Amino acid sequence: MSLLSTRGLSKNFDGLQAVSNVDFDLPEGQIRALIGPNGAGKTTFVSLLCGRITPSSGSVSFDGRDISKLPAHKRINLGMAYTFQITSVFANLSVSENVSLAARKRVRGPSVMTVVQQVLDKVGLADRLDQIAGDLSYGHQRLLEIAMGLAQAPRLLILDEPTQGLADSEITAFKSLIRDLSSTTTILLIEHNMSVVMETADIITVLNFGEVLAEGSPAEIHANAEVQTAYLGTG
Amino acid sequence: MSNTKKTLVLHLGLLVVLFALQFVLPAYHHGNLARIMVLAAYAVGYNILFGYTGLLSLGHALFFAAGMYGMGLMINQFGAAPFPALIAGLLAGALVSLALGFLALRTEGVAFMIVTLMFAQAGYLTVLYFGTYTRGDEGFVIQQAERVLWCIDLSDPTNRYFAAFLIFGVSLLLTLRLVQTPFGRVLIAIRENEERARMLGYDVFAHKLAAVVLSGTISAMAGAGYGLLFGYVGASFASVQYSIFPLLWVLLGGAGTVLGPFVGTLFMFYLIDLSSGLTSAYMLIAGVVLVLLTLFAPQGLVGELRNRLWKELP
Ligand SMILES: Nc1ncnc2c1ncn2[C@@H]1O[C@H](COP(=O)(O)OP(=O)(O)OP(=O)(O)O)[C@@H](O)[C@H]1O
Ligand SMILES: [Mg+2]
Repeated sequence: MSLLSTRGLSKNFDGLQAVSNVDFDLPEGQIRALIGPNGAGKTTFVSLLCGRITPSSGSVSFDGRDISKLPAHKRINLGMAYTFQITSVFANLSVSENVSLAARKRVRGPSVMTVVQQVLDKVGLADRLDQIAGDLSYGHQRLLEIAMGLAQAPRLLILDEPTQGLADSEITAFKSLIRDLSSTTTILLIEHNMSVVMETADIITVLNFGEVLAEGSPAEIHANAEVQTAYLGTG
Repeated sequence: MSNTKKTLVLHLGLLVVLFALQFVLPAYHHGNLARIMVLAAYAVGYNILFGYTGLLSLGHALFFAAGMYGMGLMINQFGAAPFPALIAGLLAGALVSLALGFLALRTEGVAFMIVTLMFAQAGYLTVLYFGTYTRGDEGFVIQQAERVLWCIDLSDPTNRYFAAFLIFGVSLLLTLRLVQTPFGRVLIAIRENEERARMLGYDVFAHKLAAVVLSGTISAMAGAGYGLLFGYVGASFASVQYSIFPLLWVLLGGAGTVLGPFVGTLFMFYLIDLSSGLTSAYMLIAGVVLVLLTLFAPQGLVGELRNRLWKELP
């Protein structure tokens, strides 16, 4: 069964059709990569899913329930988490407070710090608990953002270009983190790094000019001629 | 000592000092400090919204006056005893802030400032309009006989000092606790990055509304207390000046610090008091000092202390 699906989902920015009539189904437990050239509408599409922006038309349902009318925070509380493309952490608060804020939505009391420790361990920031988030390097802020997503223990984790700005070793660690996570969490991953996409995704959806251009396994997408021209560059 | 302990010792320490001061201060400063403590409670209330939630209101005089008139009219018009009158003041503040929050929180930033300013102005005009009951600008006095709370005469300086101390103490401990609760942490998160807080699943509007009501009710408590302790209720307390004061006090003392509102209120009160003793151009001196402070301590006095010496100060 689909955990998340959309029907005829569209977003219009003053005449610019950023997302156009998208039907999308994401089965529970899948790792789905969403790829496409710059400006294809990927961020806009996932923003419509989690309610950051309202659609011009179309519907979104989550876990069999129409959530099109729900405000963002209610959708998040149903079990979605979203990490921003443009790093958005609480820059003046400590790393541990950043993650605590995410964790406190589902646990209280001493368990909060347990969760904080756990997820910071997973992303490799455990030794930076007391640092101010804004003092972290750009890459580490990205990791913090992922840690906040993990702390929410969502059913659907939406990651908007999580590996942007990460070092190679961190990207390798990220890949295995995602694979581990997939046993419990459905993942929707916007990604430009092709090695991450090819090695983690079960299915890839290609977006171009706001429309679904192709959908299939990594091998199928790699072989798809249309995708080659639109995105991967011919040849 | 752990950080929480040190924090507690510092804040309780201030309360102990304030309590002890009444035995040593000369009458003049004794009276001043009682006044400062009640006004500082007002600043504490303001700080919850401005300092911790990041919402700049220019209309808090509405809440201060709601408390003051809620209390004063109960006594003056209905002959109520001080305690029910105080409760009426608190309720008035809670209701007015709930209504204002509900309307004004539909706006943000500058629009929020303007909307709060306008509502407070409407409140001021309402006070003047119902001059038959409120006696307008002239205001009304609460007689000594009407200020006896449970056999305690609140016009007596010692009792008054103690009552002011209680009002301030409650507001201070409340904020200190607030910033340690999950709810208070969410307010800070909203101040820091509203969109992020929302996308963690927090209902931003509900939290802001609760902050307005909490802030407004504490401000109303201060207003009601001020009227009762000093025996006068007047329209000037509903004027725009009384909306600007708490902003100044909090900015001077340090927005988003628990001690800042008191330090700022104390500082400003004595700055004006001392400079007006020196020269008739006292506003000039006060102005220059304020400018220097904003240049060299932009985070406020307690804010600078936190930046330089004590990072964990709440
Ligand atoms: N708030 C907005 N107002 C107007 N236009 C917007 C807005 N947000 C996005 N757009 C436009 O919509 C289109 C899709 O943008 P979007 O950010 O969704 O692309 P993307 O696929 O995420 O790109 P990238 O890979 O660069 O992140 C772009 O042309 C963009 O300029
Ligand atoms: Mg994008």
